[in-house]
This record gives sequence, C-alpha cells and structure tokens, in this order.
Amino acid sequence: MADTVIAPDVEAPVNPTGEAADVVRAAARKKALITGIGFVLVGLYALWAFGFGTSGGEDAVFGMTVPNRDTTHVGDLSLPARGVAIAMSVVCMVAGGLRIAFDRSRLAVRLSIALFLIAFVIAFLVWAVAGKQMSFAGALQNTLLAAVPLVLGALAGVIGERSGVVNIAIDGQFLFGAFAAALTGSVTGSLWAGLAAGAVAGALIGGLLAVFAVRYLVEQVVLGVVINLLVTGITGFLYTQLLQKDPEQYNDPGVFDNIRIPGFADIPVIGPVLFDVNVIVYLMYALIVIVHLGLFHTRWGLRARAVGEHPTAADTVGIKVNATRYRNVMMAGAIAGVGGAFLTIGTVGTFSKDMTSGAGYIALAAVIFGRWRPLGAVAAALLFGFTSALATSLQPLNTSIPSQFLQMMPYVVTIFAVAGLVGKVRAPAAANKPYTKG
Amino acid sequence: MTEDNKSTPGKPSEAKPAATGASATAPPKSSLGRAMLDAIITGNSAVVTFLAILLALVVGGVLMILADQDVLDQYKYFTAAPGDALSASWSLVSDAYSAMFKGSIMNPDLFADGSIEDNFRPISETITQATPLIFGGLAVSIAFRTGLFNIGAQGQIIAGAVFASWIGFVVDLPPVIHLVFVILAGVIGGGLYAGIAGFLKARFGAHEVIVTIMLNHVAVLLLGWLLTTDTFRRGGQSQPIGKDAHDNAVLPNLFGDNLRIHFGIILALLAAGIYWWLLNRSTLGFELRAVGSNPDAARTAGMSVARAQILAMVIAGAMAGLAGVSQVMSSTNPAHTLTPAIDAGIGFDAITVALLGRTKPLGTVLAALLFGALRAGGSVMQASANVSVDIVIVIQAVIVLFVAAPPLVRSIFRLRGARKGAEGGPLAAKETVGVQA
Repeated sequence: MADTVIAPDVEAPVNPTGEAADVVRAAARKKALITGIGFVLVGLYALWAFGFGTSGGEDAVFGMTVPNRDTTHVGDLSLPARGVAIAMSVVCMVAGGLRIAFDRSRLAVRLSIALFLIAFVIAFLVWAVAGKQMSFAGALQNTLLAAVPLVLGALAGVIGERSGVVNIAIDGQFLFGAFAAALTGSVTGSLWAGLAAGAVAGALIGGLLAVFAVRYLVEQVVLGVVINLLVTGITGFLYTQLLQKDPEQYNDPGVFDNIRIPGFADIPVIGPVLFDVNVIVYLMYALIVIVHLGLFHTRWGLRARAVGEHPTAADTVGIKVNATRYRNVMMAGAIAGVGGAFLTIGTVGTFSKDMTSGAGYIALAAVIFGRWRPLGAVAAALLFGFTSALATSLQPLNTSIPSQFLQMMPYVVTIFAVAGLVGKVRAPAAANKPYTKG
Repeated sequence: MTEDNKSTPGKPSEAKPAATGASATAPPKSSLGRAMLDAIITGNSAVVTFLAILLALVVGGVLMILADQDVLDQYKYFTAAPGDALSASWSLVSDAYSAMFKGSIMNPDLFADGSIEDNFRPISETITQATPLIFGGLAVSIAFRTGLFNIGAQGQIIAGAVFASWIGFVVDLPPVIHLVFVILAGVIGGGLYAGIAGFLKARFGAHEVIVTIMLNHVAVLLLGWLLTTDTFRRGGQSQPIGKDAHDNAVLPNLFGDNLRIHFGIILALLAAGIYWWLLNRSTLGFELRAVGSNPDAARTAGMSVARAQILAMVIAGAMAGLAGVSQVMSSTNPAHTLTPAIDAGIGFDAITVALLGRTKPLGTVLAALLFGALRAGGSVMQASANVSVDIVIVIQAVIVLFVAAPPLVRSIFRLRGARKGAEGGPLAAKETVGVQA
C-alpha cells in the first residue's frame, strides 16, 4: 500500500469491512435519523404556519410571462393557497420519512433532500402570495441575473482551487472588474472595451494574488481578504474623487442590449428567461461548458488538477507547477472580472461604492457547496441566485416578514450550505499550500 | 545590551555574553549604531514595517495624482512644461499628507498661540479613533492565534453595540454600576454572535471566513430591522435612529468636554493586557496556541480542538463587542444612540490592524494607533485638502501587503536578505509542499 501512487481524482472506492463498517453504518443511520426528524419537524411547522396560516378560498397567482419579452402567452398559474400549502407541508414530512427509510442509497438521499427543499419553498411561496400575485417568470429572470456573477465567480474559484490556490479575492475581482468596465465603457464609449477592461482588471487582481501566494508564500486566505480590502479602498477612493464628481464622463457606460435567439426564446416560461439575454450571459453559458470540459477532458485540466492535488508529482513529470498556477489564477481572475463587468455594463449601468456586497464570498461558498466541480458550483450559484431573487420578488407583496429578513435569505442559505447541507467535503489536496522547490 | 554595558562600566566584561544569547555570532564590539546599521541593511521586521509604511504612502500619493483631474491635465503638457506637472503633483500630495499630519499628530500653526487643548487635540483624536481599533484588532488576533480567521468583527461589533445600547436605555441604574452592565452587555452580545461561527466551525467544519462574512451581512440587516421596531427606534422619528442612553451608561471623557479622548482607551489597554496574559501565561492560552499551530498534535495531546475553537471565537467576539460599546457609548457618538452604520468600518480595519500588529498585544496596540492616526488625519485631509478619506483604506491594505512579503520590500530597497528562516514574514503560509534539496 505504501508505495501506491494516488492519482488525482481517481480515488479507489472505499469499502470498509468489519468493525469499521459498523461504525460507519451507525454514524450514517444516526445522521439520517436526525435529518429526517428535522425534515418532519419543519414540515409540521410549515403545516401550522403556511397551511393553517392561510385562510381558505384564497388563490396564489403566479405570473408565467416575462414582461415585454414574451411571445409565448402562457396563462397565469392560479393555485388554491391553503390546499397547496397543506399538501406541500405533508410532502416535507414524507421526505423526512424517506430520508430515514432509505439512508443507504446516495440517489435516494439526494432526492429526499431535493423533494424537501422544493416542497418547503412552494409551501412558503403560496402562503406568501395567497390573495396576491407574483411574477414567477420574473423571479426566474431575477435568479439568472443574480446568478450570472456568482456562476462566473464560482468558475474562477474552481479553477484557482483546483490549481492549488485559494481565491478569496473573487470579491475584489468582481469589484475591480465592475469598476474598470464602467470607467472604460464610459471613457471610450464602447461596451466591448468595457468588457475587455473588466476581464483585464480581474486578471490583474488574479496576478497580484498569484505573485504574493506563489512567489512570496503568503497565507492565501489572509491574502485574499487583504486584496479585497485594497480593491474596496482603491475603487471607493476613485469613485469619490472621479466617478461621483463627473458621472457623465466617467460613470455612464450604458448596458449591453439583449440578443434574442429565435426558436429557443419561444420555449414557454424559460425560453425568454434564458435566450433573450445579453452577451455576457451567453459568454457565461459558453464558459460553463468550456471550464467543465477543459478541467476534466483536456491536458490543461489534467495538469491543473495535478498541480492542485500533488504538485511534487506533477513537477516530477515535468509540469511547471508555479507557472501553471500563475497562468490559471490569472485566467480565473479574468473570468471573475467578467462577472464583475456584468454588475455594471450587464445590468444596472453604473458603478457604485462596494456594489458587490459580498457576492464574491457567496461565489466562494458555491465552490465549496458544489464540491469543487464546475457544474456543482453552477448549481449552487443558481440556488443562491434564486434565494436573492425571491427576496426581490416578495418585497413588494408586503408579507408579514420584514424586508430585512427576506434580504437575509441568500446569506443564511450560504451559512446553511457551508455548515451542513454539503456533508463531508474534500478540497483539492494542495489548495492553500505553496510549492517550493528546494 | 550595549546600553547595559555603558551604564555599568565597572562591571567585568565576562558577564556580558550571558545576556546576549541570540547574537552569539555577532561581532563582539557591536555598538548601538552598528546594530542599527545592521538592522537597516539586512532589513529586520521593524525596518520592513517602516519601509512598508513609506511605500504605502507613496502608493497613496500616486493614486491621489491619478484621481485628480486638474493635475492630470497638467500632465498633458508634460513634455512642454514638466515642472508644472511635477510641482502640481507635489503640492497635491504634500498638502494632503501635511493635513493628515496636522489632524493626527500635531498642528504647527497652533503651536505658539493655541491653547493646550488645541495642541493636544490631534493626539486625542488619534487615540479616540484607535480605541475601537484596538478592541477589533485584538478580536481578530486572538482568533488568528487559534488558527481561525475572524472576518466577523463587523457583525460582532454590531451585536455588542445593540446589546450595550439596549441596556443603556432600558434601565436606569446608578453611576458606575450602569456602565459596568453596559460593558458586560457588549461583551455578551459580541461573544454570543461570534460563538455562532465558532460553533459551526467546531461542530460542522463550516469555513469560518465564509460564515463570519455572511454573519456580518445578517447583522447589518438585523440592525436595520431592529431600528424599525418600537423597542429600539426613538419615538417621533421617521429615521432609523435608536433611543438615547442614560447618562450613567456612558464612557466618561478623560480630559473634559473639549477633548474627545475617553475611558475606552483605558479599557482597550486593559484588554490588550488581558490578551497578553491569556496567551502567554494561562493554560487556556497555551491550548489556543497549540490548536492554532497544529490542531492534530493538539488533539493527540488530549486537547479539545472544538472547545478551543468555540472559546477563541467567543473571546474574540467579546473583544469586538467592547468596540461596539465604545462606538455607542463614547464621545465619538455624542447622542449615544444606535445608528445603521454604528460599526463605521472598524470591523474590516481591525483585520489590517491585527495583521500589521503580527497578532501580538503590543503590536496590535501600536498598529491601532497608527491606523487611528490615519483615520483622524484622513478626516482632516478630506475637509481641508479635498482628498477622500477612502485613501486611508488603500494605505492600510498596501502596508499589510508589503509587510506580508518582506523579500519584496527588501528587493525594492536593495537590502540584503535576513536569515533564510525569517523570510516568510508574519503571514507566511503554514504549510508548503515541495522537494527539499
């Protein structure tokens, strides 16, 4: 065993036997029991608060068309609020039962968790919307808008950590990308120049991170936070000194127009949400595919992962460890910079101080939640996007929940995500460990 | 040791080597001047820190020039009249920094005919600004020594401020006793809030950096909500402002109403002392440091890593809570009420304070004084030289970046490298992978 070389990402399936197996089984059973009971209790709460908290006879109306952009003319979905809320609360409890009954199959575990989450969200939504109307398609659209920077930031995080560099500076890359895109877009009058500037700005921050992490061996988590502070300071200072004083010249880049893809955009509900968007979103679709394929099916990806898992071995076979890290971290920075550019020239059209409000850290949580896989991270980013979209969509409905609590949702969900929902995760072995050749 | 030698010339010289220890290889005839020269040439940590501050001020100056439209216009004619551009840049930067000096250390204009209070006002402002930074810096430091990176000082300050403010207005107690209760409330509030992150880390392995950042956002939103409730919001106000605290709940000023320096600085120095004692003299401190430097070894030695992590976060939160007390109940907040921005960015400055102070008690106090001076001077600079106070954040972050990479500073100033072992600096990565030749 001792001389076995462990290849990155090819872990042998572990089948513990004897006593060890019993211990593992007992732990799994206990966890299933606790989670299952938790699901049932939450289901009971939902039954009391959402089911019986809704007066009978009221309908919850969900709009299914995106305003101004839809050609499909799907009717609104009207649900009897009380009945649906009660039914969904029961589904929550059933999911808890399933979690306890089938704790051996990984698929069943995942299905029960998904079932629970979906049922709970629906129960909550029909309660909140009962007697009113909410645009569901609008919420999906907001989900995508909120998720775009998160997805790009998470992809950047995945590339960095897979190569062995923890990128806490995603937030700084967002902020600098957003700033550079707004400033360059305004001064040159070209949104494309702004987009390029955003990518370059992100890559610059990535380069700064790489220099200090790889060359000067600085602790990467601390370093990332300090870099974020630096960017907060620089952009805040330039914003007050330049952008705020003459917004027309420096902070008025405009926004990319949407491009409608005929055919795809005619798919009901999701068509106009996904395929009537601006160029940065299409770029994001492409990058998701490229990063996923690149990381797992190309020589570049194999080298990146080797450098992140076992740099000594990688070096032995002739891969230049530190050069690979420099290149990948800067490339990742460029991707995050594009995510930042989306915040200004992709949506609101102006830069404002500290406009990321911690989105970079949420993207980082998506990396962990997605278990350092591009597609997992994308799913996690979409989940975070959905929670913040819900906050936006529910605010005008004047529910009995204070607006601050709705705004809190993405942050609370992030805490839950890193604390419990992921289970045991394993980061790339050499993440946060600089490589020194003696 | 050289001073020792001078002051006791009669002592036999054989006694000397025992006191030197570390400098066994140093030339025997080292004088104080020679030692200083050596330190400068090889660039020890104090010199590196000083040079890092110098470099950061240069970076700040460059940024000021880049952000000034008038000066930039001069550069368009640089080839025709380079003197104009350079003198405009110089006057911009020197005006800014001299305003900063006047606001934080001393104002020479007032030296002759200003009152004593006028002359001490800049120093008083520096210390007043440094007070919450000391608490915050200690909060980050103590967690750091336990291997946890506490970015949640902002949330913990808010929690402490909320608890302290509530005790401040909800009851009316005699002098001293009320203040003691307010301080305890701040400590408990901050400690409980930080405890959440410690618990999640210890029990579920949730990364404390992400959790504390998220808890910061949650705290800001909770504060915003509390200020809409009848319990906290001042009656008859549409703006989100809390209720006034009773007079007995307030940290008293040290030198009367004209100087803002207040009792908080005494508490802060006390807290730094407690931190020193805890870390260097107590069993708990030993445990915390052991867990911080090698959790596996600590576990093998029978220590509870989970307990250490939770306790470290609670103590850190308690320190940050004191910063919250100082924010609500001192002269920096004349009405002694809760406001939405009660934390005033101290939570993030605390990180740079702790890192610059190398997470040591004295270092943290000194770093807090430096950044307090930057804050005090920065607001004067913004008012008189029209340069935004945001530059202070840049200067702080650049100082810490340079301090983190001593080899970089040395190569900029062409200094000889120190011993190989000392290369890493205070923020060096704990673990490295590599081939040892």
